[in-house]
Amino acid sequence: MHINKKIASAIAATLMLGTVLVGCGNGNSGSEKVKHTAALVTDGGSIDDKSFNQSAWEGLEAWGKENKLEKGVNGYNYAQSNSDADFTPNINKLIKAKYSTIFGIGYKLAPAIKKTAKQNPKTNFVIIDDVVSGKNVASVTFKSEQSSFLAGVAAAETTKTNKVGFLGGVKSDVITTFEKGFIQGVHAVNPKITVDVKYAGSFTKADLGQSMATAMYNNGEDVIFHAAGGTGAGAFTAAKNLAKNGKKVWVIGVDQDQKADGAYKGGNVTLASAVKEVGNAAKDIANKAMKDKFPGGKVVTYDLKSKGVDLVNDNMSDSAWKVVQQYEQKIIKGDLTVKAK
Amino acid sequence: MLKGKNKNALIIPLLAVLSGFIVGAVLMLVFGYNPIQNYVNLFAGAFGDVYSVSETLRNMTPLLLTGLGFAVSSKAGFFNIGGPGQYLMGWFSAVVFALHFHALPGIVLIIGSILCGALCGAIWSGIAGVLRAFFGTSEVISTIMLNYIALYYVNYAIKTWLAPKGSDSSPNIPKKASLCTDFLQNLTHGSTFHWGFFLAILCAFAVWFYFNKTCSGFEVRSVGMNPSASRYAGMNVKKTIIVAMIISGILAGMAGALDGIGNYQNISVSNSTPSVGFDGMAVALLAGENPIGMLFSALLFSALQIGGLSISVLSTTPSEIVNVVMASIIFFVGIKYAFEMLIIKGVIKKGAKAKEAGNQ
Repeated sequence: MHINKKIASAIAATLMLGTVLVGCGNGNSGSEKVKHTAALVTDGGSIDDKSFNQSAWEGLEAWGKENKLEKGVNGYNYAQSNSDADFTPNINKLIKAKYSTIFGIGYKLAPAIKKTAKQNPKTNFVIIDDVVSGKNVASVTFKSEQSSFLAGVAAAETTKTNKVGFLGGVKSDVITTFEKGFIQGVHAVNPKITVDVKYAGSFTKADLGQSMATAMYNNGEDVIFHAAGGTGAGAFTAAKNLAKNGKKVWVIGVDQDQKADGAYKGGNVTLASAVKEVGNAAKDIANKAMKDKFPGGKVVTYDLKSKGVDLVNDNMSDSAWKVVQQYEQKIIKGDLTVKAK
Repeated sequence: MLKGKNKNALIIPLLAVLSGFIVGAVLMLVFGYNPIQNYVNLFAGAFGDVYSVSETLRNMTPLLLTGLGFAVSSKAGFFNIGGPGQYLMGWFSAVVFALHFHALPGIVLIIGSILCGALCGAIWSGIAGVLRAFFGTSEVISTIMLNYIALYYVNYAIKTWLAPKGSDSSPNIPKKASLCTDFLQNLTHGSTFHWGFFLAILCAFAVWFYFNKTCSGFEVRSVGMNPSASRYAGMNVKKTIIVAMIISGILAGMAGALDGIGNYQNISVSNSTPSVGFDGMAVALLAGENPIGMLFSALLFSALQIGGLSISVLSTTPSEIVNVVMASIIFFVGIKYAFEMLIIKGVIKKGAKAKEAGNQ
């Protein structure tokens, strides 16, 4: 009997302490400093997803460090979304914490940004990979078809089987841009090469990516370009498993330089990476916002010319790399236009 | 005065929650974060102002309903892991209903969408119920499989029929079909709170009433305790199994429907089965499958999730720590026998001491 009373009183004490502490918590938002602060909301992945969210976060981190800001309420920060239901609460929490510029990483956040931007006209909003209208919203888009085109050139110059593959995440305008650019690049080099296009229907399933990539490699495709975020991590695992058994296969990474993901004992399966400098873009926009030049209401496009997208050479042969560079110059000069659709 | 058993039913979850928080605090200390500050941020983020409270209550709505759904089947002795699939089917069909019959008046649309969601959830769990009742198929396996069928079917249907070309989500439902009204938005400072919350609360009481005051509810509990004895007593076990599974599906489907027309207003392609279906199981387990207790456990888990978002916003601590706390709570509920042993041991020890004192 007594022990129960003890437990009950312990719980009661904890609860009371909790209430007191909660009471104190309200005073937190009082520390005012005239500093420009920025934060991002992830689209469901984490900030170490080796892809989109990570690049964005690294860019914001770099911006914060350059401007001697600290991670936290008075500097830069992130809010992680565990599901789509978290988008709006996360954005609202960041607004309450008084961040000056809020980034929505990925088109999935567009509806949430649209709604909250209207309710909070004094906060700057940035949407990546989509266009949202509103005076306080800057829309950032990337000409991914250009870097994907170069990935296609690299694949075509490397393949021995004349079969290459494309592994996409969820099929949508943003991802088909990669697919279309890639196909155009492959066919610019050799129209006879077949491109096998597959969609996993998910950005977070490495196991599915692995089984799909294995099937594609077994089908004779020796280069796979993935635009599938976390699902694409499985393509690297599949390629490494085959490479360890002496099969010559390659992956072309996406969003970030994925060279490290292709490393295995005895070699590396990452041919190249079609990077999308989300980080640079985030840094750029944060800098502009800090200097009161926030491009609100505008669509900012990053392309090969402005180094917003690029193809990074990881393990290409010299001859292949030369051809890629030739095409790159053509696109930058405007001699060659890559269609996004 | 509470009866002994009831008192344990209350103390064990409380101890589990407390232990979960302690584990989280220890972990934060080990990694050099301030646990008190983080728990303050957590609770302030969940209950600090009108907006946060409404966000917490909104998040609690599907947790409570999927929890109730799990509890009903569990009382009948079935481990219905199909919550995520039933939730998804409910969400999908509610949105489809609201989009398809957009010409109907608002109130009809809302009621129709919710009923449609509940019906589809019921069909989805009913399949597993029928398989179990007539063929003895393990409901654990069939509901897991049905989750995947629901996920891929819904994704396919969205891409093929609902989403405009190049998009991966359906159009928004008409405003009149939404449970989230301007009145509520203004009242709660622009939160996502919607009327579905009150329906969920109503469901909790309805389930309590069903278990304790109806014949069918009694049969469900009886079959759960001993199917053979129930059959001997003249109950139709097959019918009871199917009824329990269908009620379970209705509740999970309703959770999806309310989220669909209350929170999301549309449906998108999902990467994986919605986790809220599984979180509901945790809600039910913590409350010992008591519908009224689930009001509190759903509130707690919702607060942890919504408040948890604040942790990384306001400090450098990763918000994943909240998942550790939640998992620990479930773990401690799981080993409730350990607590029971401790309590019993404590009583015996004291008894022994008293005896000793008496002897001297």
